[in-house]
Amino acid sequence: MRSHEKWVQGILFILATTAVLTVLAITFFIFSEGLPIMVDRGVTGFIGSTRWEPLSGSFGILGMIIGTIQITLGAIALGVPVGLACAVYLAEIADRRLEKILRPGIELLAGIPSVVYGFFGLSVVVPFLREHFPGNGFSILAGSIILAIMILPTVVNISENSIRSVPGDYRSASLALGASHWQTILRVILPAARSGIAASVILGMGRAIGETMAVIMVTGNVTKVAGSIFDPARTLTGNIAIEMGYAAGEHREALFATGVILFLIIMVLNFSTTRFSRKAGDVK
Amino acid sequence: MKPAITIKNLNFYYRQVMALKNISIDIPANRVTALIGPSGCGKSTFLRVLNRMNDLIEGTRIEGKILFNDTNIYKDMDLMKLRKKVGMVFQKPNPFPMSVYNNIAYGPRLHRKISDKELDGIVEKSLKSASLWDEVRDRMESSALGLSGGQQQRLCIARCLAVQPEVLLMDEPTSALDPVSTAKIEELVKDLRDKFAIIIVTHNMQQAGRISDYTAFFLNGEIVEYGATREIFHRPVDKRTEDYITGRFG
Amino acid sequence: MTGKNLTQSAAFLALRAAAIITLAVLFIIIIYIMSNGLRHINTSFFLQGPTSMGRDGGIAPFIVSTLYVSAVSLVIAAPVGIGSALYLSEYSKGGLPVRIIRFCTETLAGIPSIIFGLFGFVFFVVSLGMGWSVLSGGLTLACMVLPTIIKTSEEAIKTVPETYREGSMALGATKWQTIVKVVLPVSVPGIITGIILSIGRAVGETAAVILTAGSSLRAPVSITDPGRTMSVHLYVLTMEGISNEKAFATAAVLILFVLGINYAANKTATFIRRKV
Repeated sequence: MRSHEKWVQGILFILATTAVLTVLAITFFIFSEGLPIMVDRGVTGFIGSTRWEPLSGSFGILGMIIGTIQITLGAIALGVPVGLACAVYLAEIADRRLEKILRPGIELLAGIPSVVYGFFGLSVVVPFLREHFPGNGFSILAGSIILAIMILPTVVNISENSIRSVPGDYRSASLALGASHWQTILRVILPAARSGIAASVILGMGRAIGETMAVIMVTGNVTKVAGSIFDPARTLTGNIAIEMGYAAGEHREALFATGVILFLIIMVLNFSTTRFSRKAGDVK
Repeated sequence: MKPAITIKNLNFYYRQVMALKNISIDIPANRVTALIGPSGCGKSTFLRVLNRMNDLIEGTRIEGKILFNDTNIYKDMDLMKLRKKVGMVFQKPNPFPMSVYNNIAYGPRLHRKISDKELDGIVEKSLKSASLWDEVRDRMESSALGLSGGQQQRLCIARCLAVQPEVLLMDEPTSALDPVSTAKIEELVKDLRDKFAIIIVTHNMQQAGRISDYTAFFLNGEIVEYGATREIFHRPVDKRTEDYITGRFG
Repeated sequence: MTGKNLTQSAAFLALRAAAIITLAVLFIIIIYIMSNGLRHINTSFFLQGPTSMGRDGGIAPFIVSTLYVSAVSLVIAAPVGIGSALYLSEYSKGGLPVRIIRFCTETLAGIPSIIFGLFGFVFFVVSLGMGWSVLSGGLTLACMVLPTIIKTSEEAIKTVPETYREGSMALGATKWQTIVKVVLPVSVPGIITGIILSIGRAVGETAAVILTAGSSLRAPVSITDPGRTMSVHLYVLTMEGISNEKAFATAAVLILFVLGINYAANKTATFIRRKV
């Protein structure tokens, strides 16, 4: 029976390494397809130029990087306040009836496919912006609005967990000193939960940066750098998704290189989240 | 001498259970009153009635009158104001995850806009009153969580003192501490007695004997006997008190 | 006195407003799509294939593709994921291998879908020669849902009380027998919740699928045939401006599907809670 156990353990171990092998494979293939062109043309030229004209062989993704940053910042600006407020509401002052609808509601928001969000954005948000604001509606603002909705569940769930795990002792001490509930939330609980909240923001950013379909459908995908939030823009993800269908040769390599940059950005973000989670552990 | 708090016919209910029965007692100002009795007999519940911390628990109900400075604390008094005047020190020290300075400054900052200079003065005064100033004066910006258990508890006391209370409620403040820290806090209580009414719940009868002026013996939610500590310990009137003190139960 | 209470009332009002705004957004999205889409849905929508590139007809082949691709991804991801979870919670002793595995699982969870699409294209479609197919799509999706299955399965397995294991071992059972007969049965509801959530993710995925399973209009017959999933169809309909009505209808079907998945996941979650 001993060797039988060893077999089982061995098989399970191999299954467990699938995740590792997958990550390695992804890294390997993306880099091997995307690095050559960056090495050939120079990384600074690739990242530093806003000229993206595949037909003439110019591949500069700075415009896309800027577009990604603009839309992501907009999504954070809209989504984090609402998400954090919902988290505080759920953790501290929720009344039963609203909470019973809100929680499943947030789960539903998390489950809606990104293409449906994009479709909604295209059908409702873009025309609305077109009517009331300059531009034709396809814009950074449209992208930010839709992305803000999409990152809400992430921000709410992680922030709420963080707030809930603040020890009750702090709450008692604050109230016993004569603070109101709101003062306690503002001055003791939220500061104590700040690393978790920061982690939720970073994860939200990661989600926004990595989102493809919804963004393509509402931001216009123009390669010119946007001047205002009502101008269209293209993101790194959009760049890849749109042109991959017909790209060949160097063009395709450039798209993979875009993937490499995107991959690196996400990795950096993920690393900083682990940094934040470790910090939360230290405080206690 | 006018009492700090007057309690008349207090009944307290946790849902259907009557946790406190017909309590009537005057808590004297500028004295230390100890609450003794077996576990679960209502001592902590009674304490938490006095600063309305029981309001946080669902399903609690209260009957009777509790007067602080002639004001009914449940009907006519602003909750936050009450808790400033009636401070509480908990069994397990619970400093905020902030610097020593910010812990003490927390209370004063709540209630009004206050200049840095004035704040510095309040913080120093409170830490001195809590016999902690010398130990922390060089580490005011360091985290309070880095202090020892005894220091943290004295920090919590200082934090209470910073909002200038008139009454101090202490719920078994030394039960989580080592003997040396316990002795320091007992010294502190004796020093503070002249300025505040102190009510201290304790399981340690020797402690009650050492530091209190008056003692109330709680049994099954009632006050069986209340009087000067010397009298209670040497000449208890009620047999139940005598049995508890001589260790026949509890 | 009232100053503090005023601030608190205002603050709590704002918090409540945020909660209501969130719900309002959700309802607007669902109601808008359903009200515009349901009227174009009938039985033939589900049973017929598209005509004139999707301007008319139904989405039957796309439903088939969706089911096919999701099934392939689960057939691969479920055993691998549950096995990984078992290894992590029952057999491993911590230390470096476990930390690396966990780190990679977390990493996988954060990789954007378009990167999975690129990877699937280079690796499955081109290098392994599978071409645009249900197989390529399914394998790619399997990589994407693997972290979810590992995480939820591990949680489910961890909540099995230690006393159950001890009882079984004390009766002379081997570790594996204990797992199969005691641990797994008890954690099945939790594992199923994870699988249900993964189905939801797989069906809604577009970017990775479009680059690996293609967008053929015909229903796939074998695993090497290409196929267009419902999500991809919605994307194509919209971006090429083919038919607004059919787009709404497809979106409505997807929303119905999400509602169904969420309902199913909640039911299994409450089932667990009741057992505990």
